[in-house]
Amino acid sequence: MRIVVAMSGGVDSSVAAGLLHEAGHEVIGVSMQLYDNSQGFGSCCTIDDLHDARKVAAHLGFPHYIVNFESHFHRHVQANFLEEYAAGRTPIPCAHCNSEVKFRELLGRAEAFGAARLATGHYARVSEDADGRRHLWRGRDAAKDQSYFLFSLTQAQLAQAHFPIGELAKDDVRREATRLGLAVAMKPDSQEICFVPDGDYARFLEREQPALATTGAIVNAAGERLGAHGGVHRFTVGQRKGLGLSAGVPLYVVAIDAGRQEVTVGPREALDRATLAASQVNWVSGAPPEDWTRATVQIRHRHTAAAARVRALDDDRAEVEFDTPQSAITPGQAAVFYDRDEVLGGGWID
Amino acid sequence: MRRIYLDHNATTPLVSPAVDRLCRVAAEVWGNPSSVHHFGQQAKAVLDGARASVAGLLGAEPSEVVFTGGGTDGDNAAVRGAAEALEASGRRHLVVSSIEHEAVLQTARALARRGWQVTFLPVGATGVVEPQVLADALTDDTALVSVMHANNEIGTLQPVADLAALARARGALFHTDAVQTAGKLPVDVRALGVDLLSISAHKFGGPKGAGALWIRRGVRLVPSTTGGRQERNRRAGTENVAGLAAMGAAADYARQSMAEIAPRVAALRDRLERGVLEKVPGTTVNGTGARVPNTTNISIDRVESESLLIALDLEGVAVSSGSACSSGTLEPSHVLKAMGFPHHRTLNSLRFSLGSSNTEEEVDHVVSVLPALVTKLRGLAARA
Repeated sequence: MRIVVAMSGGVDSSVAAGLLHEAGHEVIGVSMQLYDNSQGFGSCCTIDDLHDARKVAAHLGFPHYIVNFESHFHRHVQANFLEEYAAGRTPIPCAHCNSEVKFRELLGRAEAFGAARLATGHYARVSEDADGRRHLWRGRDAAKDQSYFLFSLTQAQLAQAHFPIGELAKDDVRREATRLGLAVAMKPDSQEICFVPDGDYARFLEREQPALATTGAIVNAAGERLGAHGGVHRFTVGQRKGLGLSAGVPLYVVAIDAGRQEVTVGPREALDRATLAASQVNWVSGAPPEDWTRATVQIRHRHTAAAARVRALDDDRAEVEFDTPQSAITPGQAAVFYDRDEVLGGGWID
Repeated sequence: MRRIYLDHNATTPLVSPAVDRLCRVAAEVWGNPSSVHHFGQQAKAVLDGARASVAGLLGAEPSEVVFTGGGTDGDNAAVRGAAEALEASGRRHLVVSSIEHEAVLQTARALARRGWQVTFLPVGATGVVEPQVLADALTDDTALVSVMHANNEIGTLQPVADLAALARARGALFHTDAVQTAGKLPVDVRALGVDLLSISAHKFGGPKGAGALWIRRGVRLVPSTTGGRQERNRRAGTENVAGLAAMGAAADYARQSMAEIAPRVAALRDRLERGVLEKVPGTTVNGTGARVPNTTNISIDRVESESLLIALDLEGVAVSSGSACSSGTLEPSHVLKAMGFPHHRTLNSLRFSLGSSNTEEEVDHVVSVLPALVTKLRGLAARA
């Protein structure tokens, strides 16, 4: 089968490509150039990553191409990243990249190149049931599972998605890389968000949109002013550091009001919420459940999914009621609904 | 898989006399041409032979030929070197066409950053610099004009003789990047009336890393590299003897075979162009001026060339489009942009550049696989 493999130059996608190639598939490696790293952004790593991908392809003996998706990436991922922070929310660009860039634009290219599947190095699994319906599952390695970032894939997208390392643990992946003789076998995992390699989001956001650096007040639940801040984009719900406040008890960001440039802080208990509402909800099966459904719900990448019930609402929205309150439910993050290891769906937290 | 190479403006396969010469000289004549002893003299003799061959290709005197590391190297040596030599005269105006190769464009921008005034000559939809446009741009401060002999993306020939005459009349030097014509068409430095002309070996059957800059006698350049006294003090660094010897062999071969090859390749190019225009609706040729015989640049409506290029490669057909950036992805063509085409047309063009080894059968094969790929890509684009 002709399969396009999205190759980042990292060990996961390299092994994904290597395993498919070894299994006899006609592999075409494709790397996406997503942003111009020659100006600003302070990193020279992406060109190196693209070259790493090319080296893997050359080593294993399949063709490799680089496609320029800068404009798509800017429109669908970076612009949203800026808008969300400006609105006082905390976005997840990787999820948008998966649904809008990888499994839309790149999938289109894969079809254009005559490929039946698009494979990636995600730690997630897809299966097909007797009715031809696709199911999306957590990766076998719980510590590396990336299904949280894939919740918005539709049946059509999943029908062409292939996750060759979803059954493997990270250690296995590195072992496979060594066995296949890949130079990237011991390459460190990527951290943070790719286009902000130093992890300093505030600096990136201010460079892209200087108007964000608008000062405002830090207040408590009663509305009393406790201090000042340099822009709401510097805060995320649940944040404790960087508030510049001295109080008797540790204070956390509880809410962000971008309209009033106001950051509300409170004690840890004030972060607890038992409910949330989500928008742009995708139900992986293609159909929302008719009534309340039991599920576990994960509210950020590093969160242990908590027992809850979930109900679909109109306009692609959903509401979630947790059995026990959860700390720091953060607008802009995803709420992903699971049945054990299966992804039922998810949406963006309001 | 059967592979068809239609990207000869990027590089050409070595012609067999060049291969023979390259291997032989690399193995047998390894002396340093600057050395006094026998080994050095042997190498020097090889260089002199190559210099005579290159001079023969250009209608030049061997003593006017300076060896370089290739086209970009020659362009830099000419434009930077002439600019720096003329700075003292107070002339600090540089004129280049807006469709030059990046080697000239970026060098012009570098000079602009150090205070030079730079004029980028516009071209119309023909892809040709009109002499009147240059006449209007020249001033008494113009030190140097650089306009390529033929454009690498669309193949259009520039009226270099007319342009050079205008520049001379205003006391300015004239450089032409003849990388895409040398070896394909007769290039005569006297007939062109230029002062500086750069060529690259690997565009006409020679190896990469070898080139030449022709410098009219009496024209002074400040060397862009400093060091030893090689190349009569005009380019420091030990010469790439084997590569340059092979360039000489390729130059001889080109000079002898050009009259036979050029019309044959032109006929193939025309056959390909006709076939594509007939079989693929929504196609237009870019560059309506006179062209080098081997090049056609065709815009294909509603298709991103990036995808088509890859799809063709997967079918074994190697073509190109625009200019590649550092990672190897494609950027909008600055040439098509300069011709006034809308943004989408700077992203939907394919460049087919043929060579002497291409056949009618290969051309017909390309014409037969292209329509289905275009239809498929258009279908996907329409759905998105």
